[in-house]
Amino acid sequence: MIRVVLPPHLRGLARISGEVKLEIEGQPTQRAVLDALEASYPMLRGTIRDHVTQQRRPFLRFFACEEDLSHESPDALLPDAVVSGKEPLLIIGAIAGG
Amino acid sequence: MSKVRVLVGTRKGAFILTSDGKRDKWEVSGPHFAGWEIYHVKGSPVDPNRIYASQTSGWFGQIIQRTDDGGKTWIQPGTPPGEPTTAPGGMPKGESNKFVYDTSAETGKPLTTHQWYDGNQHPWEFKRVWHLEPSLSDRETVYAGVEDAALFRSADGGKSWHELAGLRGHGTGPKWQPGAGGMCLHTIILDPSDPKKIYIAISAAGAFRTDDGGKTWRPINRGLKSPYIPNPEAEVGHCVHRIAMHRSRPGVLFMQKHWDVMRSDNSGDSWTEVSGNLPTDFGFVIDVHAHEPETVYVVPIKSDGEHYPLEGKLRVYRSRTGGNEWEALTKGLPQRDCYVNVLRDAMAVDALDKCGIYFGTTGGQVYCSADAGDNWAPIVRDLPAVLSVEVQTLP
Repeated sequence: MIRVVLPPHLRGLARISGEVKLEIEGQPTQRAVLDALEASYPMLRGTIRDHVTQQRRPFLRFFACEEDLSHESPDALLPDAVVSGKEPLLIIGAIAGG
Repeated sequence: MSKVRVLVGTRKGAFILTSDGKRDKWEVSGPHFAGWEIYHVKGSPVDPNRIYASQTSGWFGQIIQRTDDGGKTWIQPGTPPGEPTTAPGGMPKGESNKFVYDTSAETGKPLTTHQWYDGNQHPWEFKRVWHLEPSLSDRETVYAGVEDAALFRSADGGKSWHELAGLRGHGTGPKWQPGAGGMCLHTIILDPSDPKKIYIAISAAGAFRTDDGGKTWRPINRGLKSPYIPNPEAEVGHCVHRIAMHRSRPGVLFMQKHWDVMRSDNSGDSWTEVSGNLPTDFGFVIDVHAHEPETVYVVPIKSDGEHYPLEGKLRVYRSRTGGNEWEALTKGLPQRDCYVNVLRDAMAVDALDKCGIYFGTTGGQVYCSADAGDNWAPIVRDLPAVLSVEVQTLP
């Protein structure tokens, strides 16, 4: 069970509160988590990753275990603490502008 | 008694303002989609309870929302939560926020670049939907004007979108360039007398018309003069801010250009300036009285460098002669210390016997005149900056 924390705007869009809990089939990677997230909440498609390129949107960041995973390969394995459900994967809207 | 429903898009959500035909007492609903930029909200003329909204964010991209009950409940058209995102054959289901430029072989040309601020060519990149225009005759059809400038159409109630690529592909696309607000397609006018005729406008490319339902397009900018571009009378490159039409005379168009208020009596084939005695002819909005096709409204703004009214006085100007002769309308509007702007999609008119005029400001006020502009009162004073205003006249 992988836990994902969404920013408030996306929680509102998905009409959920609190964390999302996802069962991942296969290797526990960023791509697998986002695929599972979008399958459960189709309204989030295009809001975290670009529809066509599947690249992370520029003002979003991925954090876990006090590390910035934003520039990790989408196919890299997530930290063990995230895979075990001890720590959540945080999807965060970057602070930008003033 | 008839009712009016005012649909307001703001920097931080949508608001719905409702009143009876007297238009003196209002109920305010919102914010809908709190915290998101709502560029435009517009209802279907075929089914007024079907309303589309463009919800957007620099962080999370584009969302399309739709209500079928007049704004009580909203959905993102497309796949409901929990359902498979692909059809049984494996094809993706419609995605209401997927705007992908057409690069298909059928439409032929590689529509890849436009002019950038520095004069070089730059790839087209989708950013947001500025304007939604529901069909005049089909409940399921709606058009979207987007940044970077292109026109999309949905024939399934907003579930999926397809570009009318003939607009970008007609030949002048590489000469289009962004205005200060981006390269946006902000105006879509459907001709009520001819379903194949559509007008659109782009900042900063100009106005365009199709006579065949969107397959082919041509620029309609003859008569526009823009001293701030290399060739002031160029075929394209003009910063058109807004175009308005009266449905009883679809061949007559009124335009608020960056500077200059213009008029065309031949479906845009040529334009003449009708700024007349306006104190400044810079501005964004323009609209036409619901029952008097020669009565036109603008809100003059000081200049392109100072986006606020002259002398701190918020004044709507009305011409009852189709332009050139303008009168200031001030009763009920602030006449000192007012430095708001009125953005291009933020004026609308209702269809009641005494035509109501509405506009919203970047200061968060939405004003209404229930007597064609003679007297004004704020409906609300303290919304987030208003991006768009539309009005529905309901039975």
